[in-house]
Amino acid sequence: MAGESDVVAAAAMPTVREPAWMPRHHLVLFALLLAGLLVAPFMLYPIFLMKVLCFALFASAFNLLLGYGGLLSFGHAAYFGMASYVSAHAAKVWGLTPELAILSGTLIAAVLGLVFGALAIRRQGIYFAMVTLAFAQMVYFFSLQAPFTGGEDGIQAVPRGHLFGLFDLSRPEPLYFFVLAIFFGGILLIYRIIHSPFGQVLKAIRQNEARAISLGYQVNRYKLAVFVLSAALSGLAGATKAIVFQLASLTDVYWAMSGEVVLMTLLGGMGTVFGPLVGAAVIVTMQNYLASFGDWVTIIQGAIFVIAVLLFREGIVGVIAKWTKKPL
Amino acid sequence: MSDGVILAAQDLTKEFRGFFAVNGVDLSVQRGSVHALIGPNGAGKTTCFNLLTKFLSPTRGRITYNGQDITSLPPAGIARLGMVRSFQISAVFPHMTAVENVRIALQRERGDSYDFWRSARVLSVFDDRAAALLEEVGLTEFSDTLAEELPYGRKRALEIATTLALNPEMLLLDEPMAGMTQEDIDRISALIKRVAKSRTVLMVEHNLSVVADLSDRITVLARGQVLAEGDYASISKDERVIEAYIGGGHE
Repeated sequence: MAGESDVVAAAAMPTVREPAWMPRHHLVLFALLLAGLLVAPFMLYPIFLMKVLCFALFASAFNLLLGYGGLLSFGHAAYFGMASYVSAHAAKVWGLTPELAILSGTLIAAVLGLVFGALAIRRQGIYFAMVTLAFAQMVYFFSLQAPFTGGEDGIQAVPRGHLFGLFDLSRPEPLYFFVLAIFFGGILLIYRIIHSPFGQVLKAIRQNEARAISLGYQVNRYKLAVFVLSAALSGLAGATKAIVFQLASLTDVYWAMSGEVVLMTLLGGMGTVFGPLVGAAVIVTMQNYLASFGDWVTIIQGAIFVIAVLLFREGIVGVIAKWTKKPL
Repeated sequence: MSDGVILAAQDLTKEFRGFFAVNGVDLSVQRGSVHALIGPNGAGKTTCFNLLTKFLSPTRGRITYNGQDITSLPPAGIARLGMVRSFQISAVFPHMTAVENVRIALQRERGDSYDFWRSARVLSVFDDRAAALLEEVGLTEFSDTLAEELPYGRKRALEIATTLALNPEMLLLDEPMAGMTQEDIDRISALIKRVAKSRTVLMVEHNLSVVADLSDRITVLARGQVLAEGDYASISKDERVIEAYIGGGHE
């Protein structure tokens, strides 16, 4: 029995503790990821890589809520898109430096998350998803109508500016490493949230909410907290994307974007640290390299999703984690 | 303060669309006692239990705990006052190990854990006490086993260890023996007896020999109302109780 062999192992090595920073296989994977991303711009198109990084961060932020908070939001485009508008507006109209523009976008997403989250967590399951979708649609119509968003045109020609007023981000190298730093910082923060005392409580709530309540945890406050964190990190991704592409548009707040992030997370493996990164990379790569097929991309994407659900429901990384018997 | 009433309900009533699941129940639980709530199926025991633990809101009535009115408190608030419940279906965190299950309860001592920026390793301060609690319920050898892989009786033991981790003044056990083998029943009975020495226990239980063995006082419910109350000897001779248990099936 697995339990008994664990007991024997524990008895044989009573002093073994978890490593200080993270399990070794996570450390190795993060190191490989960082090394790969440092070399990648010399081999691949940097703009493409930055798009992958932004969506990977977005999907990870979404996964924090779905995979670790157990809450399915169908309106995460609202935080991604609104942050992207605010970041673009701040850089272009207010003339803020890129880091401050991104920070304002992130803050807006956090505030929206606080308001929408506080109302949505009163409902559960499919009703929760519908409420988040409804709020996201409100944000979409606001974005369509509000004067500062530029309607159908969006906000174009957003200046990338100088990071801290020093580094010229119109050059590809500084821009890439700036985006890489945001991505990696964001991923490590999410990793820490999952493995914090707060993360432990979230895990308990997800596994048995009634029991968590009976132990005295005010579960709605924990749900709201993770909702706000997820919204803010989604906003960070959207705000960064606006600076990279020098564009904020309706695509970023459209409901299809909310669907895309669900797709990325499920394809890669929800509730895994590395799954959303893989899912985002696969989807963005497909969109880029299959662009010549036009509308067929959506059909191919749909087919892949169906196959994924039928063959490996845990997602790509979820299946690998099952094979290797290691949490990824 | 070893005497007196710890938990009291007056005129406790719960109506579901015209059906009174619990109707005008008065109940008082003496501090330090083991109090059992029994009755035939559908008597309203579990509803009553859920009302007392605030998992349901009463239609009418008042509940006091240590003299404080708790009728409008949220369920998490009850636990914070020292009254912790268990569930009919075993209430563990299935994908956490036994020691992690207990630690989640010990973690409550930190107050709220909103510190998402800190490593979960700060929780290792609770490891020794978690191990001690597991030892108390005989689960030491299972401490690194996932809760879902534990046999049923061990799950209930883990649940009690988790509950004890909060050091509650009062335990509410919802059918602690449901679905257990005789061997498990003996072990959990002994455990409840030991735990009850310094605490108050209110339990809903079907197994009458367990009730006879453990309880100081018994309240019999039938059709949402209190039918009789007393110790086991007097209850078991009560005509109305016998009628409710034996005659109830013919309705």
